[in-house]
Amino acid sequence: MEEKNEFVREVAEKKYQYGFTTDVQTEVIDKGLSEEVVRLISEKKGEPDWLLEFRLKAYRHWLTMEQPTWGHLKMPEINYQDISYYADPTKSGKSSDSGKSGEIDPELMKTFDKLGIPLEERMALAGTAVDAVMDSVSVKTTFREKLKEKGIIFCSISEAVKEHPELVREYLGSVVPYKDNFFAALNSAVFSDGSFVYIPKGVRCPMELSTYFRINARGTGQFERTLIVCDDDAYVSYLEGCTAPLRDENQLHAAIVEIVVKENAEVKYSTVQNWYPGDKDGKGGVLNLVTKRGHLRGRNSRLSWTQVETGSAITWKYPSCVLSGEGSQAEFYSVAVTNNYQQADTGTKMIHIGKNTKSTIISKGISAGKSQNAYRGLVKVAKTADNARNYSSCDSLLLGSHCGAHTFPYMDVHNDTAVIEHEATTSKISEDQLFYCNQRGINTEEAVSLIVNGYAKEVINKLPMEFAVEAQKLLGVSLEGSVG
Amino acid sequence: MLQINNLHATINGKEILKGINLTVRDGEVHAIMGLNGAGKSTLSNVIVGHPAYEVTKGEIIFNGKDLLKMSPEERAHEGIFLSFQQPVEIPGVSMVNFMRAALNAKRQYQGQDPLSAGDFLKLMREKRQIVELDSRLTSRSVNEGFSGGEKKRNEIFQMAMLEPTFSILDETDSGLDVDALRIVAEGFNKLRTPKTSAIVITHYQRLLDYLKPDIIHVLIGGMIVKTGGPELALEIENRGFDWIKEEVGL
Repeated sequence: MEEKNEFVREVAEKKYQYGFTTDVQTEVIDKGLSEEVVRLISEKKGEPDWLLEFRLKAYRHWLTMEQPTWGHLKMPEINYQDISYYADPTKSGKSSDSGKSGEIDPELMKTFDKLGIPLEERMALAGTAVDAVMDSVSVKTTFREKLKEKGIIFCSISEAVKEHPELVREYLGSVVPYKDNFFAALNSAVFSDGSFVYIPKGVRCPMELSTYFRINARGTGQFERTLIVCDDDAYVSYLEGCTAPLRDENQLHAAIVEIVVKENAEVKYSTVQNWYPGDKDGKGGVLNLVTKRGHLRGRNSRLSWTQVETGSAITWKYPSCVLSGEGSQAEFYSVAVTNNYQQADTGTKMIHIGKNTKSTIISKGISAGKSQNAYRGLVKVAKTADNARNYSSCDSLLLGSHCGAHTFPYMDVHNDTAVIEHEATTSKISEDQLFYCNQRGINTEEAVSLIVNGYAKEVINKLPMEFAVEAQKLLGVSLEGSVG
Repeated sequence: MLQINNLHATINGKEILKGINLTVRDGEVHAIMGLNGAGKSTLSNVIVGHPAYEVTKGEIIFNGKDLLKMSPEERAHEGIFLSFQQPVEIPGVSMVNFMRAALNAKRQYQGQDPLSAGDFLKLMREKRQIVELDSRLTSRSVNEGFSGGEKKRNEIFQMAMLEPTFSILDETDSGLDVDALRIVAEGFNKLRTPKTSAIVITHYQRLLDYLKPDIIHVLIGGMIVKTGGPELALEIENRGFDWIKEEVGL
């Protein structure tokens, strides 16, 4: 590990010597959205006709829709004509965090330090040309080879469209159709790039797939589109996100993640999100609006969503599951933290269609400062869903007296053999608890971190280990200054 | 070790301590007795730095250092420990994680490395025995679901782990049955050395029978009105506080 860091540092320093390398192919389309823009995007990416049609249909439908307002959120006005919908993917990442000399913003460095993020990841996150480094270090190549041997496809959606068009065509839009909602339509029209994963029958993916390895995606994450297909008897664990507060001038992030799980297959999808939350007065910050859905198609298929959301000015997402396959099982584990003026309206939808299906929802909301944190969950049991089982537990923890926690649980049950359980608690960290810790020599910041981590333990334990450690630190960092 | 000079303290604008003078030397155990509302708990809270109380006059010198300038955590690291009258529950935070954080914070303050996981667990096992605390309790969240007696034993367990030089037992005997009292008192006695001191706040003689304090103080109306040897406690047990009030003219 020591050697690798040394090597990376050396190469990176060489780059700094020559200044920040800018690619010649600078492609930026003027702001604004129109059919021409959609065509241009498709053309620039060299997409086949069927995909252009897909985008156009979505765009035309989007024009007939209105931005939804039912969220427990105060959304800023979004001017869709004031956004540039195409950023050059060949440019080595964003230059917003690394200045002309390729140095990383010291504030960002401080956070990287606190979160213990390794050097390589820091450079990747700051947008310096780590791609080159990653390519010369054999890590990325061996990794790709290992996967290829097993027939696993893990690449960008753009690549997948070129190399495996039949696969993409079969599944794209099959879980989240463009008509699903306003932002899904927008994304389907202008999506930039994202991950494509295909696990063939009977294959257990030997390593956790992580977006970190796909550095190309970073620069164009605005309208990210991810598609994961796990064939019969297969398994994959996918990690999305990063713990560093990536600053992004592009406020709007409207992504789509579709997951298809076939017979006896299992997918674990974990997210740790810490996008820029805006300043202490609530100005700025990323709008994180995502449609994530998994279709548990096959018998005994399993899908678990685990999310730790601590960033963004507004988080509006409901990773959901459609349990079609008989005996399928879905899980949703979530910790959503809001501080200062952040807002979150998040939860899940579990739609039981097949027989003997089971879903579990564990949601932990933590609010501090003047933030608003809402859990919104739907458990729907169709007439055909005999013996459906659901257990939901929604807890809210309040730090201080100026924040809000809200719960909107919906139950829509059309089969009387269903068993649905719901529990909810609301609690507060008392000053007595904090002082008890203080008197034992534990300072307030650490005490809050201990208490919050204890509270979120059940969810954090579901994350793969390296992610869990980063998430724990992140919980402490995101609540800094919230007490006292 | 501890010197309190002319200490005045208020809470919510009301003055509770009206000029406390007290000196505790190394190895001494002082008992503070008095009626409810006299200011006994206020005194212990002010020594450990509870933010609800404001010191309006006076000073507290601990081993030559100005205690009032230190945060509660710093005071703890310097060696001050309070056994709370009503220990609070902290669900979700395991005793192990809690004690480990506390112990390692103190070690860091003193320039030592944190204890390895193995050494730490060994230490916990060793100290548990001092107050006959079951492993099943130390594997739970801090004080969660503990009975009154178990909570008080847990306080002494934490004292054993943190090895303070100066401890305050704030009505540690309240709500304890005979057996629990014995275990708590004997545990405390096991931790005593000629280098450690304590203030014991209590209403009753029972605890003092076990702890055998060196000096007794009587706190009435926010001031120490009488100081004496162990016989003073026996007199209070027999005659109450009225005779003292008369003597002092209150």
